[in-house]
Amino acid sequence: MEPLLTVENLRIELTTRDGVAPVIDDLSLSLNAGETLSFVGESGCGKSMTALALMGLLPEKVGRVASGKILFDGEDLTQATPRRLREIRGNEISMIFQEPMTSLNPVFSVGEQIAEAIRAHQNLSRTAAWDKAVELLDAVRIPNPKGRAVDYPFQMSGGQRQRAMIAMALACEPKLLIADEPTTALDVTVQAQIFDLLTDLQKQSGAAIILITHDMGAVAEMARDVIVMYAGRKAEYGPVDAIIEHPRHPYTQGLISCVPHIVSDMSEERPDLVEVPGIVPSLKDFGRDQCLFASRCAHRTDECLAGRPPEKHFGASQIADCWHAEAL
Amino acid sequence: MQFLLTTSKRVFYAIVLLVAVLVLNFSLMHLAPGDVADTISQSMGGADQELLDQIRADYGLDQPFVVQLGRYIGGVLTFDLGFSFFYNMPVTELILQRLPATLLLVLSAQLLALVVGVLLGVMSARKPNGITSHFVTFLALFGYSAPVFWTGILLLIGFSLNIQIFPVAGMQDVTIEGGFWVHAWDIFMHLMLPMITLASIFLALYSRLSRATMMEVLGSDYVRTAKAKGLSQNQVVYKHALKNALSPVITLAGLQFSAVISGAVLVETVFSWPGLGTLAFQSIIARDTPTILGILFFSALVVIVGNLLTDMALRLVDPRLRGR
Ligand SMILES: Nc1ncnc2c1ncn2[C@@H]1O[C@H](COP(=O)(O)OP(=O)(O)OP(=O)(O)O)[C@@H](O)[C@H]1O
Ligand code: SF4
Ligand SMILES: [Mg+2]
Repeated sequence: MEPLLTVENLRIELTTRDGVAPVIDDLSLSLNAGETLSFVGESGCGKSMTALALMGLLPEKVGRVASGKILFDGEDLTQATPRRLREIRGNEISMIFQEPMTSLNPVFSVGEQIAEAIRAHQNLSRTAAWDKAVELLDAVRIPNPKGRAVDYPFQMSGGQRQRAMIAMALACEPKLLIADEPTTALDVTVQAQIFDLLTDLQKQSGAAIILITHDMGAVAEMARDVIVMYAGRKAEYGPVDAIIEHPRHPYTQGLISCVPHIVSDMSEERPDLVEVPGIVPSLKDFGRDQCLFASRCAHRTDECLAGRPPEKHFGASQIADCWHAEAL
Repeated sequence: MQFLLTTSKRVFYAIVLLVAVLVLNFSLMHLAPGDVADTISQSMGGADQELLDQIRADYGLDQPFVVQLGRYIGGVLTFDLGFSFFYNMPVTELILQRLPATLLLVLSAQLLALVVGVLLGVMSARKPNGITSHFVTFLALFGYSAPVFWTGILLLIGFSLNIQIFPVAGMQDVTIEGGFWVHAWDIFMHLMLPMITLASIFLALYSRLSRATMMEVLGSDYVRTAKAKGLSQNQVVYKHALKNALSPVITLAGLQFSAVISGAVLVETVFSWPGLGTLAFQSIIARDTPTILGILFFSALVVIVGNLLTDMALRLVDPRLRGR
């Protein structure tokens, strides 16, 4: 089967005061329809940038796709016209953002904001779109959806707002849903509910999901594959089971050892990634020809500082970018 | 219900404020040297002490201050602002004659400044290094530094004397004959220069502020959400961003209402616009106390009504303010 999404050697550059830096360097991945791929990694490693690049929403004048391809349904999105991207956004690919408190427009009712997403892509009358918005609010389990549709975002809790965002993202039944840390800003009980909701909705709609998260429990539960990112590069990529079973990259090992009970009881507690000791390199160092994790790595040798670590393959599809992956 | 309650509360405060303004104005005028009796005697070519006393007794000016104040406020409550001896007619009537001209000027200038200012602000926020952006900076500099009468005279020389597009002064050409639209067009042409002159002061202010707020709003999360829905650029900018950027501009416009009215005094004088401004100017020269007081009262009234309207407009654009 042809994958729904294939990213080939994607390089995204940001222009900052210190010059041009590759915030995403040589990233490749593929995702089949209906499956879930998870992104994990420390703050600032470029997860959101990847998501925005898929949406064609890199910050204007600052970020650009320098090279590589984003093939969605066979179409290269890096070459698509702005008009074509608008057709795709919110329709075939949609996105849920990290901050539910600020991601909804404060001066329009929630129902209007959802209905607007429908009207943007479907030839529906105002009332028909509104009715569909109410149905969607019902589908994301907001009680009394008819009454709540006329509410403004400030009248809703964080969890309800994120549900409304999910309703908006699913309005046009997208083939791909990108969820960028959908629960980071919410409290723990609500987090579990949102993940359950996403799982259920995925079963119903058959959408593929890219889940960016710090919640290793959610990764283990929801995703088939995981990409561990470090400083704009892939550290390890492969099936979640295989990687939890035997992580090959020292950074992945550090992440997983921080949550020892992850395999035993995943659904009871939801352990977040704890920081591996040491400091992440700053953006301007992202392009250096060495292993960027070296300053924090216990297994470092001279080789690691001399060049970029090569891809090493394990099993069917586990890949680790580390000079010494076999030994680990 | 909530809306009615808050509105009536505000109206009540507004009335209290108006009475305070009345008391203050009246007291200040009372402290100033000279009174109506002087004005009358001057217009008669001078009078002796006996006649002055007679006039003062006739108009109750020999009464204690508090009694005079009470009478005046009582009069105002029944829309009686006294009698102007200079114009020889009741002040209320005099002001109501002039008020429409001033309202037309003030409101159209505010509207022009707001619409053009916000549009310029939005355009320059979308392209911070574009030509509109530099134009706004230049305009702001000009607006802040050029005195309004100078701008007015410059426009007069340019567009009524050198290039004769607009009439030089006044509000209507009495020699014109025709139906409603002919007269409306005539007034519109007379209005252009004074309106632009008055608007120029505030245009700069509004465009600067809307550029700043718009730039902030365009970088906000909900604008990114709007783009992520696949909306067009114009929908994102003019629907999602603009409605959020409007509140501060409307607030500022409300605060500027009193400044617009004082600006109108100058502009009306430059263009001989037959409104309250020219009336104020003339009555101050003539020391026509009842008229001055009446104009001050009406200016306060216009400012207060303007603020009430601002409040309502804010509620309209920002649901978070409703029910407060
Ligand atoms: N508009 C921007 N201009 C310049 N640099 C930016 C901009 N947005 C992000 N960056 C930089 O790009 C890098 C990657 O940011 P990104 O938002 O993708 O991180 P992330 O992995 O999503 O982190 P988090 O977990 O905190 O969301 C960071 O170093 C950040 O400072
Ligand atoms: S390449 Fe070297 S420094 Fe980098 S993670 Fe592997 S062992 Fe550590
Ligand atoms: Mg992020």
